Amino acid sequence: MATTATAPAYAPTESYVGESGIWSWLTTVDHKRIGTLYLFTSLFFFLVGGVEAGMIRAQLAGPNKDLFSADLYNQLFTMHGTTMIFLGVMPLSAAFFNYLIPLQIGARDVAFPRLNAFSYWVFLLGGIFMNFSWIIGAAPNGGWFGYAPLTTMQYSAGLNIDFWVIGLQILGVSSLAAAFNFITTVINMRAPGMNLMRMPMFTWNAFIVQFLLVLAFPVITIALVFLQFDRFFGTNFYTMAAGADPLLWQHLFWIFGHPEVYILILPAFGLVSEIIPTFSRKPIFGYPVMVYATMLIAFLGFGVWAHHMFAVGMGPIGDTVFGVTTMLIAIPTGVKIFNWIFTMWGGSLRFTTAMKFAIGLVALFTIGGISGVMHASPPADLQQTDTYFVVAHFHYVLFGGSMMGIFGGIYYYYPKMTGRLLSEKLGSWHFWLMFIGMNLTFFPMHFSGLMGMPRRIYTYDAGQGWELFNKLSTYGTGILAVGLLIFVWNFFRSYSTGEIAGIVPWGAPTLEWSIPSPPPEYNFARIPKVTSRLPLWDLTAPRLTREVPHTEAGDKRLDVDVASKHTATGHPNPTANAPRQGVEAGMHIERATGRTARELGIPMPNPTIKPLICALGMTIMFTGLLFIHVNRMPLALATMIGGALLMTLSLYAWVLTPLEDAH
Amino acid sequence: MAHASALTGDHSHSAHDDAHGHPPTSTGLDNKKIAIWAFIGSECMLFASLISTYLIYKGRSVVGPYPHDACLPPQCSTPLKAILNIPITSASTFVLLMSSLAMVLALAAVELKDQPMPSGWWSRRLRSSKLWLWMTALLGITFLGFQAFEFTSFVHEGLTIRTNLFGSSFFTLTGFHGAHVTAGVLWLLTLLAIDYRRGLGPKDAINVDLAALYWHFVDVVWIAIFTLVYLIK
Repeated sequence: MATTATAPAYAPTESYVGESGIWSWLTTVDHKRIGTLYLFTSLFFFLVGGVEAGMIRAQLAGPNKDLFSADLYNQLFTMHGTTMIFLGVMPLSAAFFNYLIPLQIGARDVAFPRLNAFSYWVFLLGGIFMNFSWIIGAAPNGGWFGYAPLTTMQYSAGLNIDFWVIGLQILGVSSLAAAFNFITTVINMRAPGMNLMRMPMFTWNAFIVQFLLVLAFPVITIALVFLQFDRFFGTNFYTMAAGADPLLWQHLFWIFGHPEVYILILPAFGLVSEIIPTFSRKPIFGYPVMVYATMLIAFLGFGVWAHHMFAVGMGPIGDTVFGVTTMLIAIPTGVKIFNWIFTMWGGSLRFTTAMKFAIGLVALFTIGGISGVMHASPPADLQQTDTYFVVAHFHYVLFGGSMMGIFGGIYYYYPKMTGRLLSEKLGSWHFWLMFIGMNLTFFPMHFSGLMGMPRRIYTYDAGQGWELFNKLSTYGTGILAVGLLIFVWNFFRSYSTGEIAGIVPWGAPTLEWSIPSPPPEYNFARIPKVTSRLPLWDLTAPRLTREVPHTEAGDKRLDVDVASKHTATGHPNPTANAPRQGVEAGMHIERATGRTARELGIPMPNPTIKPLICALGMTIMFTGLLFIHVNRMPLALATMIGGALLMTLSLYAWVLTPLEDAH
Repeated sequence: MAHASALTGDHSHSAHDDAHGHPPTSTGLDNKKIAIWAFIGSECMLFASLISTYLIYKGRSVVGPYPHDACLPPQCSTPLKAILNIPITSASTFVLLMSSLAMVLALAAVELKDQPMPSGWWSRRLRSSKLWLWMTALLGITFLGFQAFEFTSFVHEGLTIRTNLFGSSFFTLTGFHGAHVTAGVLWLLTLLAIDYRRGLGPKDAINVDLAALYWHFVDVVWIAIFTLVYLIK
């Protein structure tokens, strides 16, 4: 809409020029639109998972309740865990990866825009596939960890586990495709001068998470392939009678499963590492140490998987090794906690909603971290494993950690995405209700767990001392629900009536705030030249970046030659002059001009439907497997071959079409 | 159609595109090159999981046939001989290794397409991208033929994917590898189709390079499988 050219400089711009309507969303390859799709879809699934949690808590509110049968209860807790992890928190993080990584590194899109669209559509179809099981009354019921042999045909003959196995395979494709894309984007598409050690902390965390995805997902893929083969083709991977190892699944699953924990938490750490410095008006404390701590967490994360298995009896050596490595992880994690605290120390703090959520993460994750160190000790873990104590622990790190960070991120980046601020007043209500509700829900679980209440039981008898704690947990869930409803209201209401954000609503230091909100399709009219890791503070508040490294000699290799003026004087004072470098390199804040990429001569990728069709073909192909178990072999074959053909043909059509028009 | 990225599609933001408004990449490498390495890293974990499972389940099968030992009564109702045929598999391994050599020559031929053609008969053959792409694909197909022969003879000798742990883990591991070779052959045939249609030149070298990296990776995985599954008893 060309009218934006005459709009006031701070009004939200119509970012997707000339493109609207459902077709434009189905064919989009714009990382910002794909990020928006991820955000809406995963928030929806998050609410679905929340409803499942509410039903679980309703059943457990008091002893001997029978709102749901044992079987339905199994489906509820399985789908609650699976939904929250694979369809809630992971894609919520992916929404931020998509939206922010190109903006934070000064790129116009991700490395492979169409692959990016493919990742989203596979995720959406995988989520629909998984939840379709509710409609035919056979939702997965083997726990989110799906332990085999419990999940083999012998013990779980229904379609429930088939939906789970195939659904996870589909979602794995989405995560892997996205990970290859983001790794390439971060390595190869940084703006001139954006060295690795100048990348914003969120991009660093996101970058490291992609390596975890790339290395952890193939392992669960193979574990699931074995289970699929056992279920569909009669192999023996998990058949004890054939001599199979009952721990094979557990090892493979947790080699994936523990890095997965960091896949869930590190993006939230990244968001918080953006929020806290901004609202403390201080550069983050110990930036390089934060980077190395993140790497160390990711590295150690691959060496601790068997701490999920202390109860299987691995013997003293195995237990000791995994206990020690697990405790070691507390060190880099503790470093991060202290660095956030030191960032706030002596800063001029502003308690916006985003900041409240960020501080909420620091506090609540620490509680979850401490209980984590407790069951790093095998003897303690034997008392705690499979009890509500563990449920309390991982909800403190996943809800108190990941979700608090993600909500903080939503409040912080909503103005970037929409041009308007979320209501701070409603946000404050949202935060406090969620903070109180979360603690009321999960803190009592420490007690019910230590008093012996096992996980995954659909009901319990009175008189074991669990009633009070369960009642409190259920009340807490009610408060959480009210907080969430306020958030949903705030989210939709602010889209049309929120306060206009302006170009730098929070006074943040990173590149994504140097362009209009929402950004034009090409993000940066001119690719910025970066001379430090806080480029906007170099421009607007140089006093804050005195102690941040700036290149004294310029960076000729990257076409950033900024310091010649300083070195020409013979004895420059780098400390005093450094922040000027950004200005001289041409670092600038772009205002909304309403000009399109075509008008500016910026090549942009063409929209295309092919990634969606390819994703659809793949999902159809996987769906065909289901018909084997209802004894419709010809239908199964027809569906699988048809789906495979559709996938292959659209893939060829996709790769043989150039991304952009010739220019 | 005659576009440099006609094979893997997405735009290569390499230094060549500078003139058209794309900034150069941070590393100077093509995006696709980085992505294929990330993909290969992921594939390493995939095959590591398959191979580890095979090794963990080695010697745990409760019924025969076994890979390296005969199974005699009373353990097996009828005598079964050791099933792995090392001489034949050595031949197929050699074929696959030679296909990597052909792949190297194919890439070199594509990269040198613009250079003046040398005079010798052999030197001219060495510069034919079609010849070496065909050679790679045919050697790959030959390897798959060996594998088909091996699988059918195992089934005749009483080993299927359902027979025992050895059968399950062996067929799944080598089957996954065979599927990767098949995908590689299809990739090579696609490159050949493009070569016949418009000729592959130096600007396509990146796309041939990707196929080559994938092909060599699949080859290296086979070396691990051949050593761990066939050679070590």
